[in-house]
Amino acid sequence: MKFDLILRVGTKMILPFILLFAIYVHFHGDYGPGGGFQAGVILAAGIILYAMVFGLDAARRIAPQGLVELLVPTGVAVFAAAGLPGMFKDFRYLDYGVYGHDFLHAHEWGILIVETGVIITVFSTMVAIFYAFADRGRG
Amino acid sequence: MTISLIQMALLTMLAAVTVAIIRQRNLFGVVILAGIYSFLMASVMILIDAVDVAMTEASVGAGISTVVLLATIALTGSKEYPSVRRSLVPLFVAAVTGGALIWGTFPLPRFGVQESAIHMHVAPEYLQHSKDHKMPPNVVTAVLGDFRGYDTLGETTVIFTAGIGVMLLLRGRRRRLKENGKSAGKGTA
Amino acid sequence: MSQLTPLIDHFNYFTTIFLMVAGLYIVIARGNMIKKLVGLGLFQTSVYLLYLTPGKIVEGTAPIIDPRFQVYSNPLPHVLILTAIVVGVATLALGLALVVRISEEYGTIEEDEIFARGEDE
Repeated sequence: MKFDLILRVGTKMILPFILLFAIYVHFHGDYGPGGGFQAGVILAAGIILYAMVFGLDAARRIAPQGLVELLVPTGVAVFAAAGLPGMFKDFRYLDYGVYGHDFLHAHEWGILIVETGVIITVFSTMVAIFYAFADRGRG
Repeated sequence: MTISLIQMALLTMLAAVTVAIIRQRNLFGVVILAGIYSFLMASVMILIDAVDVAMTEASVGAGISTVVLLATIALTGSKEYPSVRRSLVPLFVAAVTGGALIWGTFPLPRFGVQESAIHMHVAPEYLQHSKDHKMPPNVVTAVLGDFRGYDTLGETTVIFTAGIGVMLLLRGRRRRLKENGKSAGKGTA
Repeated sequence: MSQLTPLIDHFNYFTTIFLMVAGLYIVIARGNMIKKLVGLGLFQTSVYLLYLTPGKIVEGTAPIIDPRFQVYSNPLPHVLILTAIVVGVATLALGLALVVRISEEYGTIEEDEIFARGEDE
């Protein structure tokens, strides 16, 4: 797609908004529709769009394959670790009461940490799957 | 009449797209139809108040799965050959299953009734927590991240496992290049 | 019209069952593996609808708490299906990865040809 000017310019214009929307969906998940799952998928869709228009090598420069594959287990680890602090302070596993004194505040923090684990896993898994398929195509 | 006309229209279109998917022999067409199907499904989900789910379905079903399916077709070819098997037995199995399932729907509660059993269990409690300002206003996020955090941890692990599986299957060296002479001599269809 | 009301009330369920049966038919009747996976996807999506339909309350709204509303639809099916969709695409990708490997090994993704080759050897 080297000479497809409209696609290239259009992608460059729309890409920041896709990524910004993903961040918004992630952090606004407490108050509106959204959350880690949707945000992760939208982020990954942005990277995939970039890869399809500008080529795989250009996409690897903004989302290096090694980093993406490292993030796949990191997300699960963040999620699993979010439950641990409570266990040392008279709470059960994945009880977020430990993250603050006010009930609502503590649980909002807990949900945000957990959703961060989710967004990392979903984003990196989707991009890693795309890289795997696209690499296979190039032989 | 509790189902709106627009919902019936969308559901009918879903059924029509499904028939088109069955009849379409070109896999590229099948994938695009599956994308249309996902958007229609997301619209239906908005009508039945599942806004979070609709957002996910629109981005996952029409976005990521279309890309992955197209990537596979690019690797395998996009023509579906007519099956040599007769299609009467599958049709019969499908018809019997469908008939039995429809018979099973008759005792189900009416659509949209507040008194049905599903609204009596834990859901009122979840809603009450958010109404009392103990939880974030979006109840879906609260249930997903907090009340049912164990579920979500499991689901995240499944996604992780599937991703690792894809990488294991596709990151290795291609064997076909090595054995090209052998398989070409055997003659592929 | 009054006799038709129960049928219209269950229209969601009927469509769900139609989608489910169509998915089942594709999985049984078609030999192409990508088509089979799309059929499996149809089946899966119909289950989403089956879960979400009873959660709706006609006078209710989406389960995002706001002082202006009193009645909300059931949030629990939404949570279950939300995660199921993302897991669904991950497992679909796994299935497609297997299809890619089969295609590299056999040179075809038609089940009949693969079976025929197995009988030859």
